[in-house]
Amino acid sequence: MASVKRLAALLPLMLVSACMTAPKGPSSAGGAAFGKTISEQELAAWNIDIRTQDGAGLPPGKGNAVVGKTVYEKQCLACHGVDAKGGPVFGTMVGGIGSFTTNTRVLTPGSMYPYAPILFDYIRRAMPMNNPQSLSNDEVYALSAYLLNLNGLVGATDEMNSKTLAMVQMPNRNGFIIDDRPDTKAVRCMTNCK
Amino acid sequence: MKVIEKPKDIVDSSKIELQAGSSMTHNPKRRSFLRNSIAMAGGAGALGVSAVASGQVLPVPESNKQMGRSIPPEEYGLPSKFEAQVKRRRTDILVNRQNFSDWSMTPLQSQPGITTPNGLFFERHHNGVPDINPDTHVLALHGMVRKPLKLSMSDLMRYPSVSKFYFMECSGNGLTDWLKPASKTVQQTHGLLSCAQWTGVPVSWLLDEAGMLPEVKWLIAEGADGSAHLRSIPVEKMLDDALLVYAMNGEMLRPENGYPLRLFIPGWEGNVSVKWLRRIKAGTEPWHVRGETARYTDPMPNGMWRKFSFVMEAKSVVTRPSGGMNLQRGFNEIQGFAWSGNGKIAAVDVTVDGGKTWQQAVLEDPVIDKCLTRFRFNWNWQGGPAVIASRAVDSTGYVQPTVEDIKKSRAIVGFVQHHNGIFPWNVSASGEVTNGIG
Repeated sequence: MASVKRLAALLPLMLVSACMTAPKGPSSAGGAAFGKTISEQELAAWNIDIRTQDGAGLPPGKGNAVVGKTVYEKQCLACHGVDAKGGPVFGTMVGGIGSFTTNTRVLTPGSMYPYAPILFDYIRRAMPMNNPQSLSNDEVYALSAYLLNLNGLVGATDEMNSKTLAMVQMPNRNGFIIDDRPDTKAVRCMTNCK
Repeated sequence: MKVIEKPKDIVDSSKIELQAGSSMTHNPKRRSFLRNSIAMAGGAGALGVSAVASGQVLPVPESNKQMGRSIPPEEYGLPSKFEAQVKRRRTDILVNRQNFSDWSMTPLQSQPGITTPNGLFFERHHNGVPDINPDTHVLALHGMVRKPLKLSMSDLMRYPSVSKFYFMECSGNGLTDWLKPASKTVQQTHGLLSCAQWTGVPVSWLLDEAGMLPEVKWLIAEGADGSAHLRSIPVEKMLDDALLVYAMNGEMLRPENGYPLRLFIPGWEGNVSVKWLRRIKAGTEPWHVRGETARYTDPMPNGMWRKFSFVMEAKSVVTRPSGGMNLQRGFNEIQGFAWSGNGKIAAVDVTVDGGKTWQQAVLEDPVIDKCLTRFRFNWNWQGGPAVIASRAVDSTGYVQPTVEDIKKSRAIVGFVQHHNGIFPWNVSASGEVTNGIG
């Protein structure tokens, strides 16, 4: 009986607490602000992204395919093979233009990249795989020129720089549509479905 | 007094338990056990019986007659040695000639609940796993903001924290198994999928603090790994539910999942949840980097490609029974996972006749937005061939399509991403379960 009485005494309290809205998790930083100001100058070595459709962010420097071939043979050939046709680790980086309407789509920088500065952005940040961010801007321009030349998109002595690289017309420039899903209309059939 | 450490006895008793089939997961060396016991999931306590002929007195287990292992002064606990076969595995189908830009898959067939243990969470890296010292790690926010900011890990951990359960799925999950069977197990067909509780700070708070300019439409997130991996992300999503995550499942991130800091973008392809996050930059347009043009785009008819196909649409898969298992006649609980990047799971239907008829499965609580949901369906298998599959419906009303449905609008050619098709398992008359796609 005593325990029942105690419970009865507690009941109003329990009801009150049930009616109160429980505190929710944080919906704002609640005044917390711990970032320290940094200048764009301090971020220069990190600020390596290229907006590839117009080349915004491409640094000073230059190179052509003739120079690029020598850089390629020293830095890239071991994995990507002679003339970028594929090597012991990775497949071809040449050809495939026109293959997308067939049943064997061959994806290379030449066939797939909509904008040439993708080459610069990707090589500079990620290649060579065993020593990324080690190449000079001139070497990256030269490698970009070499791969574009192997794909028949620039001449062997055409200089690639922050202006000319963005102007190279890539075959797949207009090959993309923006996500338009949902693109299926499945029905929830339960019986006699097939 | 008994000797405290008796390794030989432990080994012997282990052997006895092993013969009795105490492990419920399918070690290839113990296939015969699995073949005989698939219907007994969770009944580990009763399994010792099977080693003893009926009518005999059950022996007292060796473990009852000795002291167990003592508690060490400190340790990080590990699973039972009898579960050592439950591991992440790389693909058996698309075998890379290097393992730095590669992936490993979660053993979904061995995951009973909705959260994936951190050591089994799938991996996809583009140049290996860096070991980053949190004391020197810096996150920078800059670009179109009034006040560019840098934050140390200790700065970030001073903010109020938010914890959320979300699945993560790689856009390439299932890409080996669109039109004909290639993978043998659900780990290989669907294991680029995991789920965890993520803890961190909303990106929106930091963007507020930095004073993001109103004309910002896209941001780029970049990692501190050897590929400096980066993706462009629309500002609406960053402000909606994106998190700067430093912990998962109650501990700091594992190195392979982004330690000490990663971005987490709920419901979207895993590739955008940039690991080892070092930099966020605000701009007006997407950057169109390699990873969102030449890769992570979907082949479409007429030689076209679909880009920025971020969301992982509703999907489900039966994990038990699944490829490599063997069924026993009689009662079997069909189990699996359903998930949607667009909301909650509203329903899951199961077929055992290859899609002619469907019945609604039971959803197990909790059913959480953009999180794995567990479903169950009781089935009495009378023998004879069967084709088992599941179909998810999400809170938007979207119904998981078949591959045939998807083929009507997309080109299935080459390495095709975003496979959310209904996935069948064939059951042979003898109970052998195999990949039934195509």
